[in-house]
Amino acid sequence: MFSRSKAGRLTRRQFVAAGALGSAAIAVGCNRGKQGNWEFLSEEQARTLASICDQIVPADEFPSASQAGVLTYIDRQLIRHYRRHQDAYRSGLEQAQASSRRRFGNDLASLSQRQQLDVVSDLSQQNRPFFELVRSHTLEGYYGSPRHGGNRDAVSWRMLGLAEPPDLGRAQYDLRKGSPS
Amino acid sequence: MNRVNAVVIGAGAAGGIVAKELAVAGLSVVLLERGKWYTAYDCRKDDLRNQRTTLLGNAFGPEDDGNPRVWLDVKGVPHTVLPSEGSYQNNAACVGGGTLSYGAQAWRYLPQDFRMRSTYGVPTGSSLEDWPISYDDLEPFYEKAEYEIGISGDYSGTPFHGPRKRPLPMPPLPPGREFSILEPAARRLGLHPFHIPMARNSVPYNGRGPCMRCRWCCGFACEVDAKNGSQNTVIPIALNTGNCELRTECMAREILTDDRGRASGVSYFDAQGHLRQQLSDIVVVSGCATESARLLLNSKSRLFPAGLGNRHDQVGRNLQGHLYTGAVGYFDFDTYDDVGPGASIAITDYNHGTPGLPGGGMLANEFIRLPIHMIDRLPPGTPSWGLAHKQAMRHWHKRSIVIMGPTQQIPTANARVTLDPAVTDKWGLPVVRISGNVHPVTFDIAELQAKRADAWLKEAGAISTSLMVYKPDLVNAGQHQAGTCRMGNDPQSSVVNRNCQIHDVDNVFVIDSSVHVNNGGFNPVLTIMAIAYFASGALVRNWKGTGFRS
Repeated sequence: MFSRSKAGRLTRRQFVAAGALGSAAIAVGCNRGKQGNWEFLSEEQARTLASICDQIVPADEFPSASQAGVLTYIDRQLIRHYRRHQDAYRSGLEQAQASSRRRFGNDLASLSQRQQLDVVSDLSQQNRPFFELVRSHTLEGYYGSPRHGGNRDAVSWRMLGLAEPPDLGRAQYDLRKGSPS
Repeated sequence: MNRVNAVVIGAGAAGGIVAKELAVAGLSVVLLERGKWYTAYDCRKDDLRNQRTTLLGNAFGPEDDGNPRVWLDVKGVPHTVLPSEGSYQNNAACVGGGTLSYGAQAWRYLPQDFRMRSTYGVPTGSSLEDWPISYDDLEPFYEKAEYEIGISGDYSGTPFHGPRKRPLPMPPLPPGREFSILEPAARRLGLHPFHIPMARNSVPYNGRGPCMRCRWCCGFACEVDAKNGSQNTVIPIALNTGNCELRTECMAREILTDDRGRASGVSYFDAQGHLRQQLSDIVVVSGCATESARLLLNSKSRLFPAGLGNRHDQVGRNLQGHLYTGAVGYFDFDTYDDVGPGASIAITDYNHGTPGLPGGGMLANEFIRLPIHMIDRLPPGTPSWGLAHKQAMRHWHKRSIVIMGPTQQIPTANARVTLDPAVTDKWGLPVVRISGNVHPVTFDIAELQAKRADAWLKEAGAISTSLMVYKPDLVNAGQHQAGTCRMGNDPQSSVVNRNCQIHDVDNVFVIDSSVHVNNGGFNPVLTIMAIAYFASGALVRNWKGTGFRS
């Protein structure tokens, strides 16, 4: 399937490509019985949630929440540790969508950035508990460990100027001298 | 199963030491632990799921399913909570207990901490009391803990510590940037800053290497095993004697008693959920303040209808921990160097001696900030979301310092652990119910401590600061929980004697933070360890003399 380099190993690029195929296969496997890219969210819910998350962490010279994988983080946890918040998400997203249609006559995801900000600001007043929940989960996904699907490629840590991969092994003693005791 | 000399319940800071001391002295020991045995491989460095930040659950137990607790609000309404929620007041459930993942500050209490009543009198409504043992009684055992567990640090910068015969076995880690910023500022204020004593290798010690200074320390298992807990020091020694068997994922149900009112062993659920009995000559309870009290209260029998050791309704009372307050300072230069563990410099000038107020606490800089810790610690007035929040994260993450510390709580008898009458865990056992609060004078001291932290940060050049002050409605015990089986000479007002032996059952011992009369203004683990060595020594001496065999 892959051509080999001189040493007979996969080249780095091939290795990465193989990994990507592997991940895709796993992602498909997780979605059996459900269409689309998500484990809990419907496509429409995902688009609405992405609009809210991207107002909480908007794009500038660094990626927005959804660009950094925050939706993957929230979606995964909604069938794991945050199962208890499923109902809040269902009704909260519906409320956001309804508010968007009422105010601007269109889906939240189709509005301009300015209009989305208005709808999300309204939401933060009208359904504070749901907004705070999404805010917390968005910031967790954006600034937390990449292992959960958010903070893709440790993008927020790089943004803060943290070394990635982290510097390790900085013991500053001469180990040959051993313990003084 | 074969009868053994001792069952020790709980393989944490105290239980590990007791098991080791008894096994080395030749007693046969079964060490029961309700959690699992983790290794350095389980470190995982997960910012959202560790033992300190538990947004996605506790990394080292208990798990959220099947381990509820209940707390009572000020109106007396019960609330059921999960182990990963703050009001659960969790420590850990694993081999090593809290010491697997702690920040590892290893403090001796000060001599006055054992004489709080004599030093300050009793604030009205509080249960402040003197210990039946003194700092001098514990000093040799503090030293033993410092050398056997392995502590680095340097007390030479401060006169505010108890007398000691030997220096710490390891030097401190080299100072990081925060230390360099805070040390001269403290001196300018006339304070006495010094290197925090830590159960962390700064040089090779006990056959393991030194700290590699990573970002993920407090709340995490150590990837290179440089953090010293019972799981990588005393427990392996206990097992090596051949006299100690460690049984993990075993949940103690009750302490069994015979017709004469002496303990005959322990019944417990094993990893498969089967109910087992382990008969023994003595039983040592080392489950941490909340769970030890629960086990005694759950051990009801004809002779002990209110639970073991609870003849005078003392088990579970005087629950306490620490009230953490402090301040965040914001700087116009980089303070962050990404060199762990972060916490490095402390002052103990304010632990005692504030006119009109009992006690006080140590103040230190905080463990290294992970980005997730910063999202709600930005300067006051910063929007909590949106572009401004994102930009503030960028601006301040490397330009802030947190100073805080554990204010000594002034205990009350109504801050307590009882059994919940309705809620049970996955084994069907009544769960811990937490209610009551510490004495309000605690909040006065804690607020003063926050202002002192604030002054230190401003002297260090902070361009702005914000106070971290809390007045919780519920006793704040958590990982520093203590006091539910108070040590004392009077059986009416305490649960165990100075050797941690229950007053009315001579072959049952409570050896852990439960016996603390008060909890000092310091992280409690080294005192828990010193008491474990002290009480084990007395137990072994009695064993060799009169004996407990029935």
